[in-house]
Amino acid sequence: MAPRKSASKTTSSNVSKDELLAYYKDMLLIRRFEEKAGQLYGMGLIGGFCHLYIGQEAVVVGLEAATKEGDKRITSYRDHGHMLACGMDANGVMAELTGREGGYSKGKGGSMHMFSKEKHFYGGHGIVGAQVPLGAGLAFSDKYKGNDNVTFAYFGDGAANQGQVYETYNMAELWDLPIVFVIENNQYAMGTSVQRSTKSPSLWERGAAYGIEGEEVDGMDVLAVKDAGERAVAYCRAGKGPYILEVKTYRYRGHSMSDPAKYRTREEVQKMREERDPIEAVRSILLTGGHASEDDLKAIDKDIKAVVNESAEFAKTSPEPALEELWTDIYA
Amino acid sequence: MATEILMPALSPTMEEGTLAKWNVKEGDTVTAGDIIAEIETDKATMEFEAVDEGIVGKILIEEGTEGVKVNTPIAIFVEEGESTDDLSAASAPAEAAPAAEATHESAPAAAKPAAPVEVVSKASPDFPEGTEMKQQTVREALRDAMAEEMRRDETVFLMGEEVAEYQGAYKISQGMLDEFGSKRVIDTPITEHGFAGIATGAAFGGLKPIVEFMTFNFAMQAIDHLINSAAKTLYMSGGQMGAPMVFRGPNGAAARVGAQHSQDYAAWYAQIPGLKVVMPYSAADYKGLMKTAIRDPNPVIFLENEILYGKSFEVPVLDEFTIPFGKARIWREGTDVTIVSFGIGMTYALEAADKLAEEGISAEVIDLRTLRPIDYDTVLASVMKTNRCVTVEEGWPVASIGNHLSATIMQRAFDYLDAPVINCTGKDVPMPYAANLEKLALVTTDEVVAACKEVTYR
Repeated sequence: MAPRKSASKTTSSNVSKDELLAYYKDMLLIRRFEEKAGQLYGMGLIGGFCHLYIGQEAVVVGLEAATKEGDKRITSYRDHGHMLACGMDANGVMAELTGREGGYSKGKGGSMHMFSKEKHFYGGHGIVGAQVPLGAGLAFSDKYKGNDNVTFAYFGDGAANQGQVYETYNMAELWDLPIVFVIENNQYAMGTSVQRSTKSPSLWERGAAYGIEGEEVDGMDVLAVKDAGERAVAYCRAGKGPYILEVKTYRYRGHSMSDPAKYRTREEVQKMREERDPIEAVRSILLTGGHASEDDLKAIDKDIKAVVNESAEFAKTSPEPALEELWTDIYA
Repeated sequence: MATEILMPALSPTMEEGTLAKWNVKEGDTVTAGDIIAEIETDKATMEFEAVDEGIVGKILIEEGTEGVKVNTPIAIFVEEGESTDDLSAASAPAEAAPAAEATHESAPAAAKPAAPVEVVSKASPDFPEGTEMKQQTVREALRDAMAEEMRRDETVFLMGEEVAEYQGAYKISQGMLDEFGSKRVIDTPITEHGFAGIATGAAFGGLKPIVEFMTFNFAMQAIDHLINSAAKTLYMSGGQMGAPMVFRGPNGAAARVGAQHSQDYAAWYAQIPGLKVVMPYSAADYKGLMKTAIRDPNPVIFLENEILYGKSFEVPVLDEFTIPFGKARIWREGTDVTIVSFGIGMTYALEAADKLAEEGISAEVIDLRTLRPIDYDTVLASVMKTNRCVTVEEGWPVASIGNHLSATIMQRAFDYLDAPVINCTGKDVPMPYAANLEKLALVTTDEVVAACKEVTYR
């Protein structure tokens, strides 16, 4: 039952052109969508809290590549990327950000609270760490029903210090729940770096105390994430219990829109962007491997921009919810 | 195409800001992500990044300008070969959100006082007259209710500390492990926050969990999931998914267990939209309401009482016995004063009514049974008849259920009142251990009698 360290870095040699293009498109959609969301926030069309996923795109895109129909996912309030990656409609997500009737929650949830039963996306939770036991409950429901679905519960390095995470580790292993705990370690819990919040050398290794297997993954490498995701899913589907992936990633933007990000240097962010950007990495494989030309990629960029612009347009023109909506959906 | 760069909102509360510094000048080429300016908000100084590439065609607001309103154009970006002179049709500023249609302006108001004449009591018998009855304790009635519902619906399961092999810390789940097996009667580690969250997630996933808290005092470790996860998800998801489940366990003071194990949470949970809250008194109500709670598609807080567990009542012998939420029970009809209570408070209310009868005061006693929804009409109809009201509960006096009822009666039946409503509650102190002090801290029958005499001016 000894946990193990991450497998060696993956290469692109065994990945098809179609897969590479799909990852490129999916990651680019998230980035452009988030940039647009930032823009709409600046225009006052999005209110309250808005947490962008820029820089972390490879995590959800890589892991979604390892899922099958029926698998579930649940995450925190930094959730736009997860929704787009599992196939939720950009229009519905953007319209929820602007609080409109066409949003996934009819405008009543907002950036942090969206759900899709159809895509098995269970939120969208605003209390740090709460999604972890909730995710284990989803896995519990699948095990109870006797199917082979797996749940992905995403949480950050900040949530990894919440007590309920460890209460959940204990029960998930005790009951062999089919859940992948995905620690998206973007190195900052709001403004507090991992080094300033724990002396644990790594977060995934804490699972060993409960007998849970896991590994560390390079979250800026979508292929490495996908490989690790496949190992984790195979383990869970085989009925062996939970699995932990600590995915090392990086958020380029502030914690939320109102974060001046004084806790890290501009150079640190710039260095990650220039040297480790997950989208640039795939772009480079596509170009050097002869899978796509500059023109091909420009065409993709253009298509994605169109999707994002359409979502922004939809989010601006969709009406605000009817006032009667204040009183609906409180009780089933 | 030229693009106007607008003064951004950089925090949820920002309406205007200072354009502290430009990091670019006219003619500079900018790529997405470049810091083009520094802006002081009401919270901090923020770096303002370019979203798209372009050339800085014109700077419209000089650095150092204070009080720049959000959405004011501050610069114009152009594309290669374009000049700011061609800018007559630069993009329009952000359109305002389309206003909600005027026809919606009369949304239902929560606290709109209804005309008193509309008050009709919903209280009615829970089962037909002549139904066969048997003596049962609250403990047995609860177990029967859960077992019957588990036989009826495979997705119902029970989880909690000591519910399975130990047969329940208070023996409520006695025999259930034998009948349903360890898949459906599940012992948890002592980890309320965690298992309340897991049960809520299981409800999202389509199961119908019954979570036993050994006592509701321990549910404070888990209350975030009861409120933020279970109660709010249906609303936050626009009606897509909710948590059909029951959180149950003993609530309120037992006997001599001290401050941390003696607390009534009725008023706490009754405040939360999205929850249903039940606090029964008799065994029949425990049974009928627990069956309703398990079948209800919403999260239900089911507040039991350790002292009542061993008390016996008549319970109807029926295959299918449920009691709807939001329906009070009139235990005793009377004409001089209305006593409203629920849960163990009913013990004092009924004792007081007996004593008052000896002195010629006729008290009507109402058991609310459910606190969300509350059967206001049965209370109001009674108060309109007796013109006086005393409420009885074991919880603390501040922001109590009695306070809420008093306000409702004042709003909807003010002209019928011949005396101020009196709230009999537990005292405003943590529960002491010493026997004499504990007795003093709880509400007593004598206090209820005294309050009834006060409102009837006897």
